[in-house]
Amino acid sequence: MQTEERRQQDHKIRKDFPLLTEDIAYLDSAATAQKPETVIDAEAVFYKQYNANPLRGLYQLSVEATNRYEEARECVRAFIGAASTEEIIFTRNATESLNLVAYSYGMHVLREGDEILVSIMEHHSNFLPWLQVAQSSGAQVRFVECDGQGRITEERFRAALTPRTKLVAMTQISNVLGCLNDIALFARIAHENGAVFVADGAQSVPHIPVDVQALDVDFLAFSGHKMLGPMGIGVLYGKRALLQQMPPFLYGGEMIEKVTRTGATYAELPHKFEAGTVNAAGAYGLQKAIEYMQQIGLETIQEREAFLTQYAYAKLRETPYVTIFGADDPAEHHGILTFRLEGAHPHDVAAILSDSGVCVRAGHHCAQPLLQHLGVSSTTRASLAFYNTTEEIDRFVEVLQTVRRKLGHAE
Amino acid sequence: MQNNSFYNEILTEHNLHPYHKHGLADANLELEGVNPSCGDDIILRLKVVDDVIVDGAYEGEGCAISQASADMMLDLLIGKSKEEGLRLADIFSRMIKDKISDEELEELEEAGVLADISHMPARVKCAMLGWRTFREMVE
Ligand SMILES: Cc1ncc(COP(=O)(O)O)c(C=O)c1O
Repeated sequence: MQTEERRQQDHKIRKDFPLLTEDIAYLDSAATAQKPETVIDAEAVFYKQYNANPLRGLYQLSVEATNRYEEARECVRAFIGAASTEEIIFTRNATESLNLVAYSYGMHVLREGDEILVSIMEHHSNFLPWLQVAQSSGAQVRFVECDGQGRITEERFRAALTPRTKLVAMTQISNVLGCLNDIALFARIAHENGAVFVADGAQSVPHIPVDVQALDVDFLAFSGHKMLGPMGIGVLYGKRALLQQMPPFLYGGEMIEKVTRTGATYAELPHKFEAGTVNAAGAYGLQKAIEYMQQIGLETIQEREAFLTQYAYAKLRETPYVTIFGADDPAEHHGILTFRLEGAHPHDVAAILSDSGVCVRAGHHCAQPLLQHLGVSSTTRASLAFYNTTEEIDRFVEVLQTVRRKLGHAE
Repeated sequence: MQNNSFYNEILTEHNLHPYHKHGLADANLELEGVNPSCGDDIILRLKVVDDVIVDGAYEGEGCAISQASADMMLDLLIGKSKEEGLRLADIFSRMIKDKISDEELEELEEAGVLADISHMPARVKCAMLGWRTFREMVE
């Protein structure tokens, strides 16, 4: 694509995002994405036009609210290729989705002697719930590690599985290395081994097409706020047969069929897992986010992100004293560049970048086992989305090149 | 936009060329201070005789703020009584979290360059690490 054409595309996209002005270079989309106007407005529209408690009222307004909520569920279903809306559960975020699986599935099914296999690159959200399940059930957590390029090979995966492995939890894209794990392959191998496969899609669903039936995962968790949607709405996909066997996660209103003094029967899927008043406005906003992504086009999103990643990788690579973690091939980074600048602590790097309006993340990125594996206690991470520009990357790298001097190092 | 003006020469000098970052063989007090969420980690050692801090040193790693702050703290503490040290720790902590008088700021000498940290809440614990460890050690 020609530079001029790209500029026009930049402009066209960025005018939809009120927060993306000249003042900042927002390079922290892996933490949370910026929101287009239609998403920001959606919640206001919901509260102005449709607000009533969904799934409850018998009057027209409540029916409207229920319709918006259920339309959003259908939108999510189609977006990830699920077989039925019964398989789409709204939660607060990926973390809650993963906890739901851990508590309602893991705690009930896993037994002493069983093994849970997690990858070393899991976000704490897809690790700590399993540690908890292990502690209560007597099951054991085992790790599959990645190589120096951040790759989990088929060989490594097979070697980490044992006949006792009953559950595998793995992220599709690492929030630190940016690498894409071959979830379809690993899910197939896990199934042959008799294990259930839980995928964390928090970093993948916002950036690449994800089809749960093609991947054949048993569960997939992701967050609305990382895919242009509002904070406070997330999704758990689960295969119907598994969800049906599972007991509820939270108990209370909206998730029951009949309650007596001594017990209750529970609502059908997906409501069995959505106790209490739901975040209907958030779901409506998430639908608008998905529609916006579809309007831009997932192909355009991927093309732009691949281009920007390549551009940023090359620039960072040329910067003296910088070490980038993960693969040597930028195509394997999916917008995520985690690095160290020699002689500068990541928190100082982020603070100095911040003086010039450059927003990056510094720290352990909620993936401490991975950082220990990499032999560092903290790193700096720049993460890109399709709405970023080469100008933002230039600004980032220019300021990065001044950091060592600002910290008192001679050139 | 908030400027992190605390990255000045005084701070970077204490970070890159610290006076007190070394072992202390005859220390009689030693305590490790950690900020687990960011990986700042120091070991503070003091030699205290008759309630006077006659010598002190630290070792560790972390961001420029945590390391320089510990170094500047030892500049202040060495030669003072424990009591006096705790009083300075209190002034420092109030400077970082709130406001202090000009006279108090003067007492902190170079450590006063960290006053602006109060605008960066996430970095307060970095600046406090040395002082917090000192307090725990002697209190
Ligand atoms: C890979 C991965 N999994 C899970 C999460 C948790 O997402 P949330 O905080 O929205 O629950 C994140 C967010 O940082 C992530 O990057």
